[in-house]
Amino acid sequence: MPELSSTDAVLAELNGAVEAIVANAEEAGDIETLDSLESGAFGKAGPIASARKAIGEVPPHERKLLGLAVQESKTAVETAIASRRGALVDGERSRRLEAERMDLSEVVGEPRVGHIHPLTQAWEELEDTFIGMGFRIAEGPHVETDWHNFDALNIPKGHPARDAFDSLYVNNGDPGSTVLRTHTSPVQIRTMLEDDPPIYIVAPGRVFRRDTADATHLPVFHQIEGLVIDRTISLADLAGTIEEFTQAFFGKGFHSRLRPNYFPFTEPSAEFDIQRPDGSWLELGGCGVVHPHVLKAGGIDPEEWSGFAFGFGIDRFLTIKHGVDDLRDAFTNDVRFLEQF
Amino acid sequence: MRAVLSWMREFAPIEGEPDQIAAQLTSIGLVVEGVETVGSSWDGIVVARVVALRPHPEADKIQLVDVEAGDGAPVQVCCGAFNMAVGDKVPFATIGTVMPNGMEIAQRKLRGEMSNGMLCSGAELELSDDHDGIMILDPDLALGQPLATVLGVTAETVFDIDVEPNRPEALSVIGIARDLAAKQGVPFALPEPAVPAAGTDAGDVCSIRIQDGDLCPRFAMRVLRNVTNAQSPAWMQARLDAAGMRPISTIVDISNYVMLETGHPNHTFDLDTVPDGQLIVRRAREGETLTTLDGVERHLLVPDGSGIGRGLGDGVIANRDDDPISLAGVMGGFDTEISDATTNVLLEAAVWDRMSIAHTSRRLNLRSEASTRFERGVDPLGVERALDRFCELAAELTGAQIAPGVVVAEPHPIEATVVSTRVHRVNHLLGTDLAADKMIDLLSPIGFDCSPVYNNEAGAATFDVSVPTWRPDVGLEADIAEEVGRHFGYDNIENRVPVSLQAGQLSDAQSARRNILRAFAAAGCSEAMPMPFLAPGDLAAAGLGGDGLTLTNPLVAEESVLRTSLLPGLLKALAYNQHRGNHDVRLFEMGAVYLPRPDGELPDEPWWVAAVLGDADASDAVTTLRFVGAFLGLDLRVKNETRDGLHPTRSAAVIFRGKTIGEVGEVDPSAMEHFEASGRAGWLALQVDPLVAGLSSVPKAKKVSRFPTSDLDLAFVVPNEVPADAVRDSLLKAGKPLTRSVELFDVFRAESLGEDVRSLAFSIRLQADDRTLSDDDVSSARKKMIDEAVKRHSAQLR
Repeated sequence: MPELSSTDAVLAELNGAVEAIVANAEEAGDIETLDSLESGAFGKAGPIASARKAIGEVPPHERKLLGLAVQESKTAVETAIASRRGALVDGERSRRLEAERMDLSEVVGEPRVGHIHPLTQAWEELEDTFIGMGFRIAEGPHVETDWHNFDALNIPKGHPARDAFDSLYVNNGDPGSTVLRTHTSPVQIRTMLEDDPPIYIVAPGRVFRRDTADATHLPVFHQIEGLVIDRTISLADLAGTIEEFTQAFFGKGFHSRLRPNYFPFTEPSAEFDIQRPDGSWLELGGCGVVHPHVLKAGGIDPEEWSGFAFGFGIDRFLTIKHGVDDLRDAFTNDVRFLEQF
Repeated sequence: MRAVLSWMREFAPIEGEPDQIAAQLTSIGLVVEGVETVGSSWDGIVVARVVALRPHPEADKIQLVDVEAGDGAPVQVCCGAFNMAVGDKVPFATIGTVMPNGMEIAQRKLRGEMSNGMLCSGAELELSDDHDGIMILDPDLALGQPLATVLGVTAETVFDIDVEPNRPEALSVIGIARDLAAKQGVPFALPEPAVPAAGTDAGDVCSIRIQDGDLCPRFAMRVLRNVTNAQSPAWMQARLDAAGMRPISTIVDISNYVMLETGHPNHTFDLDTVPDGQLIVRRAREGETLTTLDGVERHLLVPDGSGIGRGLGDGVIANRDDDPISLAGVMGGFDTEISDATTNVLLEAAVWDRMSIAHTSRRLNLRSEASTRFERGVDPLGVERALDRFCELAAELTGAQIAPGVVVAEPHPIEATVVSTRVHRVNHLLGTDLAADKMIDLLSPIGFDCSPVYNNEAGAATFDVSVPTWRPDVGLEADIAEEVGRHFGYDNIENRVPVSLQAGQLSDAQSARRNILRAFAAAGCSEAMPMPFLAPGDLAAAGLGGDGLTLTNPLVAEESVLRTSLLPGLLKALAYNQHRGNHDVRLFEMGAVYLPRPDGELPDEPWWVAAVLGDADASDAVTTLRFVGAFLGLDLRVKNETRDGLHPTRSAAVIFRGKTIGEVGEVDPSAMEHFEASGRAGWLALQVDPLVAGLSSVPKAKKVSRFPTSDLDLAFVVPNEVPADAVRDSLLKAGKPLTRSVELFDVFRAESLGEDVRSLAFSIRLQADDRTLSDDDVSSARKKMIDEAVKRHSAQLR
């Protein structure tokens, strides 16, 4: 039987070795050093393995003590190595990330984003408001017959009101028979001829007049026209619709009023004004109960159906909404203007 | 129309403050655009008598005047005028008076002599243009009286009213007063003019024959004798001034005064220049001329038989010898005009065909207060009263002797229009629930006489409305409804909102168009709105064939052609930006072009969307095209071909669903030059309708394969004339059904590859829906793709 080892001597050797390993681990400058320390500590010839082997060689009553000490040593070495490894990995990542530091304000290049014309934005906003009120969007050609643009709208040939529109005529067909539409109203006629009532439409569109351009007038401009034809449509329905539109489009606190006016295509006719919350008034457009001659031109029996129509300019919203004080600025197509919207 | 409040009050006791009255006028459709106070602030100016005149010891151009204003205590005034004599009565502005021009009169010394006030000229009183002398007053005026009181001139409140074309009667003080009185519920009365007649009957010295009855429904004349023509009285001048007309002489002023008051223009001939006092009304004849009172010889327009517009020709008044002496309703003739020597006056008032007057006055650029009234329509039954009013004033102000009788011609009797008015119909149109009596109460005060209510054949409560002859626009039930509504008050009509039973929504095309706008904006292009008018030659300069429609009456020649392409407009916009130092400009537009059609049909108006990319080339345009296609989810392909207006070797058709729907490339350098744009510019133009059709189809979901993909790259050397897209298509097809995508990722040219060839490298992704791909699957697909490229495109695998 071999001589029993001295437990104290085994413990002393183990503790000394573990202390050295822990100390070395804490000093380790890289992962490789740590790896070799680890494999040294836990290798077959390492201090832990040696001490574990010695357990059978010490007196039985001391084996438990030695066993515990081996377990503790193992934990101590593992902890020290893991902790150092963590620190080394963190440090390594920090260094790497530090090396990647960027000044995010030095990024070169501006995005190239296009802009929708503010006129189109106003146009769409108006369409959306009326869509919310149950209207659909009707369209018609820019080049019109004089019948659609005038006669059907109760402005017969030779009527001085035709001159008031300052029409641009097109050399097409008989002289004077073709005109660039002076208002969106011919769309009323086209809609009535194509669709059966009830009709609830708005017709936004480009219109043309023989006007020299100035700050508030352009020869090419834009209007939106509304037409409702139903069984019992009256001036009261017109007033209510204008009021509802006013609040939906401009906001609560805005109101509208009608006051008598004259248009050949409506009877009774009115002008409508919008009152701002501060009490001031803005003259917006014309409206009225559709003239019986116009209904007839649209193939609608005025005894069976009645209707109202209204219309106003869209370009003015550039002034009202965006403070464009000279409308010509909006149509030079200068990108410095367009990019603001 | 400038409506003077005190003048209106001669016909109705109008109540209220000016602001309230303005609001009431606006509420009945007589829109007040401004309220002004005009005329004298003459407080402090009194009637004084010249007591003594002395030279100023130190100054030649000033004299010393002692005036006395009724208190027996003369004061000294320094005065620069020398037109007065001792005993004259003059306007004297006392110390403290603020003159109409704002100057305050103070006591002051002029070259050592004290001046205790100021003697006033007509100009200083803003009563006339007379600066030259002190105004000499009527010697009968009482001293010390305020000038305003003795002259009957006070500050006037004036409403500037925008009269709509359907309200001719509102171009008169009487018409406005009638409407306003009805609104206020105060009585309105039209006094009969008092005409003291004497001498030979008018009918014995003048006569009228109307040859063209459609030109002149009614014509009336009176004769005035011993007319003297001096200055009209201050009150009349002040009223004319307030109404915006310049006082001229008594007869002219009376004429204007009567026109403003009654709405009836009238004309005076020197009776002694009209042989036998005979007048003939007719249309102009071939070759006729007339020298109008402005001294201009006018060539008259003969009717062309169309009966429309200019075709009506000019109307004239001719004399006994059938020579034109007046341009009917527009301007009198030079030879028969009244002058200072005139003593006998032939006065006429008439009704003229509205359209004739409108066209003659516009053609000759002779629009006037009178022609405006005629073209809107004067009251045919009001002419005699207007003549009587003229005579009343002339007798009173000039001492004229009025010949008894009025000579009237009317080819057809004038009858009032009667409108059968159904009570329920009026309520239906207005959205009201008014009783018939209420409607009648609203209509009667404005001259619409109403019958008692009865039931018509259909059993509907009805009343007949006799329309006053001063309202030629009223002829339908709807017109009567407007009159009821106007006087009931639009504000009193309760709002209702009709219920639309349809869902409001954009059509597929409309929402597709909005998406297209967004696609171009997202691609970095800003929306431009160039004018759709081009200059002659713009299309040819842009390399585009065909002619656009032209305008008959363009504002300027540069804007006389309707565009058939968006190219010229966008190039001009690009150049505009470049000239202002804006670089890298990217603009797009969506809008109609106008393509002529045969036989006078309206042009086709297809919509296009196009972008011009400044300082960019064809490849940038293709990138933009791809972006737009990807944004919209549409497979837009290019096919190299020369396109009008584009760089001949850098342009392609855009193909969608097998059809050419547009073009992409670079703008032709010569077009750039013509429109003064610099550098290169990318161009992309697409028809909107095919895009809309593409966007309107709803995509069906395809199952995404759960099996792994396999990626491979293939590079080929391909002749330059073979489009890369063709190779790509072949690869895609040959590898079916496994090819999921084929993307060109590298192109290069090198001498080592050979001449007229380049290397095209494609990245290919393969995948099956039902299995993981085997090595055999991949190699078989790869082989098929290579074989196809080699066979079809003479490609060589690298």
